[in-house]
Amino acid sequence: MTTDPILRLENVHKSFGETHVLKGVSLTIQPRDVVVLVGPSGTGKSTLLRCINLLSPPTQGKIWLEEQEITAPGVNQDKVRQRIGMVFQDFNLFTHLTALGNVMVGLTRVRKMNKKEAYDLAMLELDRVGLVDRADHYPAQLSGGQKQRVAIARALGMDPHVMLFDEPTSALDPELTGEVLEVMQQLGQEGMTMMVVSHEMGFARRVASRIVFMEGGYIVEEGPPDQMFDAPRNERTREFLNKISSFEDNGQGE
Amino acid sequence: MQEFLELLGNVVPSLLQGTVVTLQLAAVSLALGVAIGLPAGLGRVYGPRWLQRVIGVYITVFQGTPLLIQLFMVYYGLPDVGITFSRFAAAYLTLGLNSGAYQAEYLRGALQSVGEGQMTAARAIGMSKGQAIRSIILPQALRLVLPTWSNEAIAMLKYTAVVFLIAVPDLMGQAKIMAAKYFAPIAIYMIVAVFYLVLVGIAYLILRQVERRAQIPGLTGEVE
Repeated sequence: MTTDPILRLENVHKSFGETHVLKGVSLTIQPRDVVVLVGPSGTGKSTLLRCINLLSPPTQGKIWLEEQEITAPGVNQDKVRQRIGMVFQDFNLFTHLTALGNVMVGLTRVRKMNKKEAYDLAMLELDRVGLVDRADHYPAQLSGGQKQRVAIARALGMDPHVMLFDEPTSALDPELTGEVLEVMQQLGQEGMTMMVVSHEMGFARRVASRIVFMEGGYIVEEGPPDQMFDAPRNERTREFLNKISSFEDNGQGE
Repeated sequence: MQEFLELLGNVVPSLLQGTVVTLQLAAVSLALGVAIGLPAGLGRVYGPRWLQRVIGVYITVFQGTPLLIQLFMVYYGLPDVGITFSRFAAAYLTLGLNSGAYQAEYLRGALQSVGEGQMTAARAIGMSKGQAIRSIILPQALRLVLPTWSNEAIAMLKYTAVVFLIAVPDLMGQAKIMAAKYFAPIAIYMIVAVFYLVLVGIAYLILRQVERRAQIPGLTGEVE
C-alpha cells in the first residue's frame, strides 16, 4: 500500500475577501480512491474542489497532482485542468452544442484531435454513460439525469487522472439520481480516482473507499465508510451522519 | 389618378437609383458596425480595465449624441483639422461608427447573459479563457444578440436617410430632388415612405429566417 499519492493537499486555505472558507485542509488521495466529502452546507466542500482544479486557486497552502506541485508559480493551469475532470451540480452543458458536440469540443479544441478521432472517442464516452442514442440531442432536449451523464462523458473525454464531482445529483429529481449514481459507481469500479461532494449516503456506503467529514473549513474526521457510519470517533461526525442517513432512509430525499 | 400615375412614372426610376444607394449604405454601415461592434463588445467585457474605459467613452459619445451632429462633425468638422472625406466615405464612417457603438452594447448584454457556468465548465476541461470565449461563449452570445441586431439592421435602413443632408443621393436624397422638381412633396414623400416600408418588410422576412436557422433546438423560448 505504498503507492505514490495521486493528489496531495497540504494546509490549503481559501479566503474570499474577509471570509475565510478553508482554514487549513490537508488530504492525501491514492490512485483508485473514491473519497466522498460530506458536511453541513457552507463548510467549503465545493470550494475545496474548486481549489483542487485551480478554478479558484488556494490563497495559501500547496497542492500536488501526482509529482507536480500545481500551486507553484508558473504552472500552466489549463494543462492541469485537463488532468482533473469536474462535474457540476447544475451540469453546465454547453447549450449550443449537442450531446456529442459537448464531448467533442474539448477533444478538438483542447486535445487537438482531428474530427474523426474526436468523433470516435466522443461516441465511446457517450456509450460509457449509456447515451449513444442521444448523441444528436441538444441539452434542452435532455432530462436532468441525461444532462449530467453527458457532463460526465465530457469530463471523461479529456482522459482525466482524477474526477471531481460537486453535488452531482443535488439538482436532479429523486427518480433521476439513480442513473447518475450508477455511472459513477461503475467509474469507481473501473478504477477512476474520484472526489465526490454528495449527501447520497447509500452511494457513499457502497462505493466510497473513504469518507471525509468537513465542518467550518476544517476536516473533522476521515475514515472508511464502515468506521465513519458505525463507529465515528468524533461526536459531530456521528450527529451529522446520523441526521442525513435517517433522513435518507425515511424521506428518500424529499 | 391619371396625374398620380404620370408622376409615379416620372419619379420611380430616380427613386430606384436612390434605393440602391440606401441599400448600399445600410449594408456597408452594418458590416462596418459588426466589424467595430464585435471586438468592441468583447473588449468591453473581457478586455483590460483601460480598454474597457476607452470603449466605454466611444460608446457614450456615439450613443449620447444625435446621429446628424455626428455626420456633420465628420463631414464638415474634421476637414478643419485636415481630415477630409468624400460624401460617401463620411456617410459610411459615421453610420458604421454609430452602429458599432450600439452593436457593441447589444453584444455586451448578450455576453453577460451567457451563464457564468458556461465559462467555468469550459475552463474545467482545460480551455484557456480565449478558447472558451471563442468556442463556447461567443457562439451562444451571437445567437442571443441576433434578434436585437435584426432590429438594428432594420433601424439602420431608415437611419441612412440622414445622409441626404450632406447631399448623398440616397432614397431620401432623390425624394428631395424629385419633390422640388415636380412640386408634389406630399405625394412623393408618401411614395418614398412606401419604398422604405417595402425594404423594411423584406429585410424583416430575411432576418426572421436567419434567426430561425440559428435557433438551438429545444431552446425556442430563450431565443425568441
